[in-house]
Amino acid sequence: MKRSTLRENHLSISHRFHVDLPLLIGLLVLMAVGLVTIYSAGGQDIGLIERQIVRLGIALGVMLALAQVPPMAFRRLSIYAYGAGVLMLVAVLVFGDIGKGAQRWLDLGFVRFQPSEAMKLAVPMMVAWYISKFNLPPRLPHIIIGFTLVVVPTILIAKQPDLGTSLLIASSGVFAIFLAGMSWRLIMLVAGLVGAFLPVMWIFLMQDYQKQRVLTFMNPETDPLGSGYHIIQSKIAIGSGGLEGKGWLQGTQSQLEFLPERHTDFIFAVFSEEFGLIGVLALLAIYLFIIIRGLMLAVRAQNAYSKLLAGSITLTFFVYVFVNMGMVSGILPVVGVPLPLVSYGGTSMVTLLAGFGMLMGIGTQKKLLSR
Amino acid sequence: MPIKRQTIRDHSAEANLFARRAVIAALVVFALLALVVSNLYVLQVEHYEDYQTRSNGNRIKVLPVAPNRGLIYDRNGVLLAENRPVYSLEIIPEQVSNLDETLQVLQALMGITDEEIADFKKSLRGQRRFKPVALRTRLSEEEVARFASRSHRFTGVSVEARLTRYYPFKDTLTHVVGYVSKINKKDLQKIQEAGEEDNYAATYDIGKLGIEKYHEDILHGKVGFQQVEVNSQGRIIRTLDVQPPTPGRDIVLNLDIRLQQAAQQALKDMRGTIVISSTKTGGILAMYSNPGYDPNLFVHGISSKNYSALLNSPDRPLINRATQGQYPPASTVKPLLGLLGLESKKIDEEYSINDTGRFRLPNVTHVWRDWKKWGHGKGVNITKAIELSCDTYYYGLAYEMGIDAISDYMSDFGFGDYTGIDLYEESDANLPNRGWKKARFNQPWYIGDTIAVGIGQGYWTSTPVQLIHATNALVNNGTRFVPQILRGYHELGGDTTLEPLKTLRPIEIVDQNNWNIIHDAMFKTVNSDIGTARFAFANTPYQSAGKTGTAQLFSVAQDAEYVAEEVDERLRDNAMYVGYAPYDNPEITVVVVVENVGGGSKYAAPMARKMMDAYFELYRPEMFASTNDTQGAAE
Repeated sequence: MKRSTLRENHLSISHRFHVDLPLLIGLLVLMAVGLVTIYSAGGQDIGLIERQIVRLGIALGVMLALAQVPPMAFRRLSIYAYGAGVLMLVAVLVFGDIGKGAQRWLDLGFVRFQPSEAMKLAVPMMVAWYISKFNLPPRLPHIIIGFTLVVVPTILIAKQPDLGTSLLIASSGVFAIFLAGMSWRLIMLVAGLVGAFLPVMWIFLMQDYQKQRVLTFMNPETDPLGSGYHIIQSKIAIGSGGLEGKGWLQGTQSQLEFLPERHTDFIFAVFSEEFGLIGVLALLAIYLFIIIRGLMLAVRAQNAYSKLLAGSITLTFFVYVFVNMGMVSGILPVVGVPLPLVSYGGTSMVTLLAGFGMLMGIGTQKKLLSR
Repeated sequence: MPIKRQTIRDHSAEANLFARRAVIAALVVFALLALVVSNLYVLQVEHYEDYQTRSNGNRIKVLPVAPNRGLIYDRNGVLLAENRPVYSLEIIPEQVSNLDETLQVLQALMGITDEEIADFKKSLRGQRRFKPVALRTRLSEEEVARFASRSHRFTGVSVEARLTRYYPFKDTLTHVVGYVSKINKKDLQKIQEAGEEDNYAATYDIGKLGIEKYHEDILHGKVGFQQVEVNSQGRIIRTLDVQPPTPGRDIVLNLDIRLQQAAQQALKDMRGTIVISSTKTGGILAMYSNPGYDPNLFVHGISSKNYSALLNSPDRPLINRATQGQYPPASTVKPLLGLLGLESKKIDEEYSINDTGRFRLPNVTHVWRDWKKWGHGKGVNITKAIELSCDTYYYGLAYEMGIDAISDYMSDFGFGDYTGIDLYEESDANLPNRGWKKARFNQPWYIGDTIAVGIGQGYWTSTPVQLIHATNALVNNGTRFVPQILRGYHELGGDTTLEPLKTLRPIEIVDQNNWNIIHDAMFKTVNSDIGTARFAFANTPYQSAGKTGTAQLFSVAQDAEYVAEEVDERLRDNAMYVGYAPYDNPEITVVVVVENVGGGSKYAAPMARKMMDAYFELYRPEMFASTNDTQGAAE
């Protein structure tokens, strides 16, 4: 008896604030792991930790705020968010600021803004809205339009050029279509088409430096002091970590600065070097827990739109994890995707937690609109 | 918008479909994570020993190497900014077995103060591991030698050398050459915005002022890389390969340091500025602003005491008066105003007035007075008005022309705008017009405002570099050169590749004779027996032309007289002079502004003469002693 009242209590509190407690705990643990690793990777710079904590605080605030918004409000917003996002992507290509050789920023006078970040949420919202208007599974014309909705922003972002983000956005839209029940035969067909598209992308869309990255990835030892340097040093860091790791602050690869981008994109190498395979398995367990919990919330969601959006957000989160770990450990080319909630940096963090805010909102909605 | 439904929606079937797909997705997630784990297993377990060996033997590091900054020369090859090595005593704490003991020994050996030890310990915190921390910077050569002979006893302690800027001419050149100083957060942000982080990876200093700042991209050079072998503690054992940096280019300025020094000597302790440019190219031969300060103070970080002394000094040494000083141009612009009168046909050569020393407008009680109380009498035409600097003539002329015409024409001569000189420290000063007054004071333009502008006073302000630019345009019959400090690049072997000249939109000539009338009037100002500059330029071995100016900073009440002794020193008149020489084939133009001393013909004109004498003694010595060789004119 007592147990059940406790449980109801707990449910009501989390419901009132629209917070999914298991998910929140998972995210907080991940952030703590991130701070500990950044401290080591950033050369024990406490200022770095302070700035990251401020960012985490802001991102958590955004998450809690978005969790209070009913999913149906997002549904109504989907088309506007998407339309505005595409317009801004075009604007970035035309007027955008060039930072680090890529046009990603739009200066609105009062704020500098990266529209591609907002599209990480606007694309799955739009696709989920469009597909869920019709009966599921979607029919061929809807699938074609759905894919068009994904491809347009993907190409605009790849042109900036920002391969990592365009990959994340493409997958977020594709996941929504997949989860809606696109037939397996069509999936095979699309996979074939994408295979055929790759050479086209190589020739027409990819910049020289991106091609170089892919070539280096294929054979890093050809250029051990140029662009292959990152991958080689990163693999040495991971491999030399062994089963148990060298210990916190003891990783020679990171402390002696052999590793590039230590506290940002390559932080997973620092983690693996210092905490070993055992540490990595624990980290993966946290990620897996968050992903499974996200999928559960998606399955339990009240309507098709919420399900598709929640599922897409969760699986895109997984893509971050997979692509980052893959590129750092040498099984994927380096495309500039951070390790979510662990890497130092602000822009992607806010978008990620905004997504989790929407997910929590979906997961904790009262069953008003059911059936 | 109502949703069209083709068939009745089966929600539970859809939910089941979604759940099935979610499970499949979860399985794919598992599979891919398994792939990641298996790959990590291969790296961390199967090949552990291999990678561990590679990690331990990981010895090759790529380090950026800073390029040497380009040197700065004057037009005759005199070094104005050089690079000197400075030595600092640095410690890598992780490599020292007993830090406190080492510090004690060093304290005895090198005479390190307790304060330095405290600073060192402070900077230890928050420092990257295996990074050197400086114990003492700027070691003397004797100290370097003392440490070098015993260095084998100190593992982890070393003397590091770095090149830093030194300015041998100290305060003579500060405002023009500027200085470099340590890259700060703001600089770093700019470097990042320009995508230059890699290029500045090893650079310590950046140009902060003057030429050092403006031509930073030429002077900096391109970063190099060094492939080094390090031991497991991160210490460099040997260098394997070097891709040397490309040093910054050595640049040559139009300046002649001897003229610059002459300008400094002429001004002595008076606040003011002297600018000399070559008339036919706009190149700046000298630009001195008094008082100056020693730029070397800033190179190694100025103390806050010294800095606040500079900042709060009432003499404002931090300002470059030549480009940032906003002075009423006063009578120095009378030739330009007269030219406008002739070109716009408001007056002609013959037109003259009877100057009673007073000017009135119909129905206005205010009386505008000439600087000469009883006026200049009958027959004051345009030539005499310039020669004598007759205010009354110009009051009437300004009234006839009106502010719109004056403002348009003076803006053609570059007033109210940046000249484009290669210094970031430049003001556009103020050339007033109706719109400006409306925006600034929300007041209409009054005729009285025009009258004041007619003698270069009122709301009109200009920088000395604007004055020299406008005077050059007048002498060159409307051709306008951007005043340039950079002359070119120093090549190996001593040759100079010249920087191309930059020009601005030329001024249209209506009648060349009008320009000749004005040139002639400026000649008479110096050479006739009534000209305001005749005393200052008596017996010169060359012929020059010019115009004096006395700028009022203080409105004298209608019936009061200006008595210098009764006016607060900072409100006393500015003495000004613009001039050029030789008259027949002009080579140099000189602008002098001396603050709060009095009349232009008494104070500024003699300084301008000193400058012209100095120039011709250097470049036309035959004028002074018939046998010497000619060095050739500075073009």
